[in-house]
Amino acid sequence: MEQLSVFIQQHIEMIYVVILSIFLGIEVISRVPSVLHTPLMSGANAIHGVVIIGAIIVMGKAEAGNYLALILGFLAVILGTVNVVGGFVVTDRMLEMFKNKKDKK
Amino acid sequence: MSSILSIIYLTGSVTFILGLKMLSKPDTARKGNLVAAAGMALAILGTIFLYESEGAKLHNYGWIFAGLLIGSVIGVMAAKKVKMTAMPEMVSMFNGMGGACAALISIIEFGHLAGDSGSAGAAAMMNLHRAGEMMEQLGSSSREFIEQRELIQSMFSVDYRGTLLIILLGLIIGSVSFAGSVIAWGKLNGRVKDFAFPAQHIVNLIVLGIIVILAAALLIHVNDVYPLWAHGGGRATGFSLLFYGVLVLSLIYGVLFVLPIGGADMPVVISLLNSFTGVAAAFGGFLYDNPVMLTGGILVGSAGTILTILMCKAMNRSLKNVLIGSFGGSKAGAAAGKEQGAYKEISLPDAAVVLAYANKVMIVPGYGLAVAQAQHVCHELEKLLEEKGVEVKYAIHPVAGRMPGHMNVLLAEADVSYDKLLEMEEANAELPTTDAVLVLGANDVVNPAAKTDATSPIYGMPILEVENAKVVIVNKRSMKPGYAGIENDLFFQPKTSMLFGDAKQVLQQLVAEIKQV
Repeated sequence: MEQLSVFIQQHIEMIYVVILSIFLGIEVISRVPSVLHTPLMSGANAIHGVVIIGAIIVMGKAEAGNYLALILGFLAVILGTVNVVGGFVVTDRMLEMFKNKKDKK
Repeated sequence: MSSILSIIYLTGSVTFILGLKMLSKPDTARKGNLVAAAGMALAILGTIFLYESEGAKLHNYGWIFAGLLIGSVIGVMAAKKVKMTAMPEMVSMFNGMGGACAALISIIEFGHLAGDSGSAGAAAMMNLHRAGEMMEQLGSSSREFIEQRELIQSMFSVDYRGTLLIILLGLIIGSVSFAGSVIAWGKLNGRVKDFAFPAQHIVNLIVLGIIVILAAALLIHVNDVYPLWAHGGGRATGFSLLFYGVLVLSLIYGVLFVLPIGGADMPVVISLLNSFTGVAAAFGGFLYDNPVMLTGGILVGSAGTILTILMCKAMNRSLKNVLIGSFGGSKAGAAAGKEQGAYKEISLPDAAVVLAYANKVMIVPGYGLAVAQAQHVCHELEKLLEEKGVEVKYAIHPVAGRMPGHMNVLLAEADVSYDKLLEMEEANAELPTTDAVLVLGANDVVNPAAKTDATSPIYGMPILEVENAKVVIVNKRSMKPGYAGIENDLFFQPKTSMLFGDAKQVLQQLVAEIKQV
């Protein structure tokens, strides 16, 4: 119990950020037309690609002799980049079509 | 962390919030996506060049840039090449890669944990241990020494539980998301069939239970085992095996979790897995004290969960209902067993006449249209009929196709004008005054059982009430049931006629026939 309170004390800022972010995420998209569900999901998908930053840090810290970390880290950087880049490009392609539609209207 | 990097991360977090906000409005959506992308690029570049850990900058730049380059090329190629119809699969695949990335980070950090703890602390502990043995040999076992030893032990033992907990959560959620997304991808493109066995939910729960027990065991023993790490030993090896056991079981759980859920519910599942990956990314943020990962991950986690619930609402079903799977194969079998009457077919020339002499035609597109890539001929048919003075509208069910908004995107690609697309309520209001309905590869969204048959798995889902129109022509490839795996009474009603064949071919032939009318 004591350890738990110490943990909370040490990470109190992060806990604030987490809780506020949860409410923010809910508020930000609570009124979205169903037409935009797919692009929004795709856009959110690209945003969680932020995990790439973790992959870069892991890769950048790996010692030269630690092949397991180097190879797995390299793989993680590739996968994370595909998530980010592919995610944003696909979302843009979807939304490009919505834009055409608007112009014609 | 340098102050510039802090500002960059702050900017990144803000762009994610703004981006999501803008993405939820049609007018600003595209710009919102670009804003978030710019923030992401800034955060990535900032990390590469400015990140410092214990005073040291990152190294291995060659590897990092090679990885970024390869990933970007694959990402851009995949995203540009993918057909509009395969968009949902693509999103699922990208999501899976994010999940795998999070899991890999956890695996590497687990290795680091072992390496770190193995050095100084462990050496001191071993010395103490030896000193203790020597004391025993000398025959003295003074109380004082034992107390001293315990004191030193407590000084050197670091509490690894917090870090390990975060690593484990990232591993479990990332792996489930990865395996689940791959299965969802396979289901959407038809590579993986629906598969359910009796008591599957119980098996799933057992697997989940074992994961929790293993993870708990790891957490309980981590502080005793780590000091031994540097010196190998059976316990440390067993400890690693336990960790990889969690990895394997999480992957299995991801597969089992998605496997029984019907294809029609895949969008909901992908959206849910999407928010899982967000949470996994947030644990990465915890691990590295990295605010942009934390906010980005949590935002997607919570926004994704809400989006999942919104999608369920569009289908008038609860999330629990989707996950426990009333669309699942086992229950659908019961409804399909019902005795059905005869259906009648219509010839192409007849269908052409019906459409050409109608006053108002409503087209109901579904997944069949997407699979056949028939959106362009569909638009051609619409223009041809309009030239002949027929009023043509499209009735878009919110979950037609494989994702909400799938049909809108598809028809927009074929330049179908926006005001011709009617949402479900509008379409249902106009259907009673419609002369002919042309159903193109849609099935469950026009199934009257959703209104009339309380035992049907799709009971309660709002549908397009096409049976209110005068004539219904249904184009399907065969009489096979739709994704929900249930028969459709609509096809056996007297006012319905079937027009079998691939949507694109049938539409091309229809266009040719109508030109001759």
